[in-house]
Amino acid sequence: METVNVTTTEKATAVPVVRKKRKWTADHWLAAAFLAPSVVLIFLFVYGFIGWTGYVSVSNWNSLVPDWSFAGLKNYVYLFHDFRFQADLRNTLVFTVLFIAAVIVLGQLLAILLDQKLRGESLFRNIFFFPMALSFVVTGVVWQWLFNPSTGVNLFLKPLGLDGKWYTDTNILGGFHWGKIEFGVPVAIIAVVVAAVWQMTGFAVAMYLAGLRAIPDEVREAARMDGATEFQLYWKIILPLLRPITVSVIIIMAHISLKIFDLIYAMTGPGANFVTDVPGVYMFETTFRGNYYANGAAIAIVMLLSVAIFIVPYLISSRKGGS
Amino acid sequence: MAKSLWARPFLYVLAVAMSVFFLMPVYVMVATSLKPLDEVTLADMWKLPSTIDWSSYATAFDKLAPNFWNSILLVVPATLLSALLGALNGYVLSKWKFKGADTLFTLILFGMFIPYQSILIPLIQFLREIGLYNTIPGLVFVHVVYGIPITTLMFRNFYAAIPDEMIESAKIDGAGFVRIFRYIMLPLSITGFVVVAIWQFTNIWNEFLFAVTITTSDKQPIMVALQNLSGSQIVQWNVQMAGALLAALPTLLVYIFLGKYFVRGLLAGSVKG
Repeated sequence: METVNVTTTEKATAVPVVRKKRKWTADHWLAAAFLAPSVVLIFLFVYGFIGWTGYVSVSNWNSLVPDWSFAGLKNYVYLFHDFRFQADLRNTLVFTVLFIAAVIVLGQLLAILLDQKLRGESLFRNIFFFPMALSFVVTGVVWQWLFNPSTGVNLFLKPLGLDGKWYTDTNILGGFHWGKIEFGVPVAIIAVVVAAVWQMTGFAVAMYLAGLRAIPDEVREAARMDGATEFQLYWKIILPLLRPITVSVIIIMAHISLKIFDLIYAMTGPGANFVTDVPGVYMFETTFRGNYYANGAAIAIVMLLSVAIFIVPYLISSRKGGS
Repeated sequence: MAKSLWARPFLYVLAVAMSVFFLMPVYVMVATSLKPLDEVTLADMWKLPSTIDWSSYATAFDKLAPNFWNSILLVVPATLLSALLGALNGYVLSKWKFKGADTLFTLILFGMFIPYQSILIPLIQFLREIGLYNTIPGLVFVHVVYGIPITTLMFRNFYAAIPDEMIESAKIDGAGFVRIFRYIMLPLSITGFVVVAIWQFTNIWNEFLFAVTITTSDKQPIMVALQNLSGSQIVQWNVQMAGALLAALPTLLVYIFLGKYFVRGLLAGSVKG
């Protein structure tokens, strides 16, 4: 016991100096050797392949046979003038905003609900969490059946005078012309958002719940002592304390939503007039069903850039924050 | 002791109402899968089956069994290999830090956020070149490689909780890189391995994009086969639902029995953990 204590106190003062002077031993070489294969794999298969995809995206390879001749930005220009891709950008934007907003609101609500020391709390928690263990494909298949037009949920809504066509609806809410498409909220997207929210809300609940549990009880007690109502306590004190978690939830949900593919592919596909199409589905179909490799690569690069806008600052800031 | 936000009964009503929303798809899935085909009409969707009919499970099982087996052959080696690789990387990046280790770690982490569409075209060309295209080992390889960032992150965070003093005193006692890993880190890593293995198992089992682009017909994992069920001209919804349940069963069981570890993995995967 004593020796341990000695080394810890010694370390506290001496370590910064010792570390700098410590020799690069054989063990350090061994450590590097164990890490090296992973580093090489990541650099080849992530960064190298991204570069390769970038190269394909400026080539003329739009058939089965690779054509590496330089095409400049031709494929990108084509995409941004393409009706389908413009629809994809609209759908991704609408989907991402609705999806994240719903996940955050519902996630906070359910986390606070679970924090009220209800009886059967762990049962409720498991009910909110379990969809996360499912595949997006399973979710897509089930919700495709649930939202089947003229049935499913509609049997409840019909008496109310609502007759939804759900994911087959080609209406665009609040639409106005923009480029080649009608910009607005495609009704069909809402069905997909509901399915995605059903699956992913548990993630936000888990994160908010962890955050709530980390807030010391004294904070609540002090607020109550000062005469705050429960509503004020949550609205003015607890929710602001949870803001860093909201940032994490937004970033994680945004990167899931920007690259979403399987849920939509399994549930609705591109839809009539591409009302539920997204870049992930377009990329898959044009590349692997249509052999337009250069166009597919260009879509992939646009997807990567849209994710990177969120992820790169997040990674840099969490590195600085997390010592 | 804590006072409730609203009146207690209202809280329970809300919790039950939300539970109904979350369980509704499960109810429809189970009810539909147990119906004979002639009861699977749009109008009767919400009704319980008049008699329990297991035939759609038999049909779904016939169609999906080979792909279910493919998924097992994929998920077991891929999970074990990526957990092992993650443990080694996490060990090096937390206990044998060198100059630039944190930057390197951030560069590795980026790999878990990329849309895989952005590496898919070269990846398939590469797998064709080395003869692993349309093979289960090819898929195992892909999941091990692209699993490196998340498994490394989880183990690095996990090992950060093991005090450096233990490593230092082991070094003073003459233990080296391998011995410290073998006799100090590994025995303390059981929970870490459980969390990472459950996470990788769930993700690889559920994965679709790599599966659908790298394999064809008889090599396809379960999720692709499930998606293909609805590709046929007449969709038999009872078979479809039975298939969805079969495909979801392994990860659901893992969640039911080891859910605590699943949630820990989820929180660890959100970088700041």
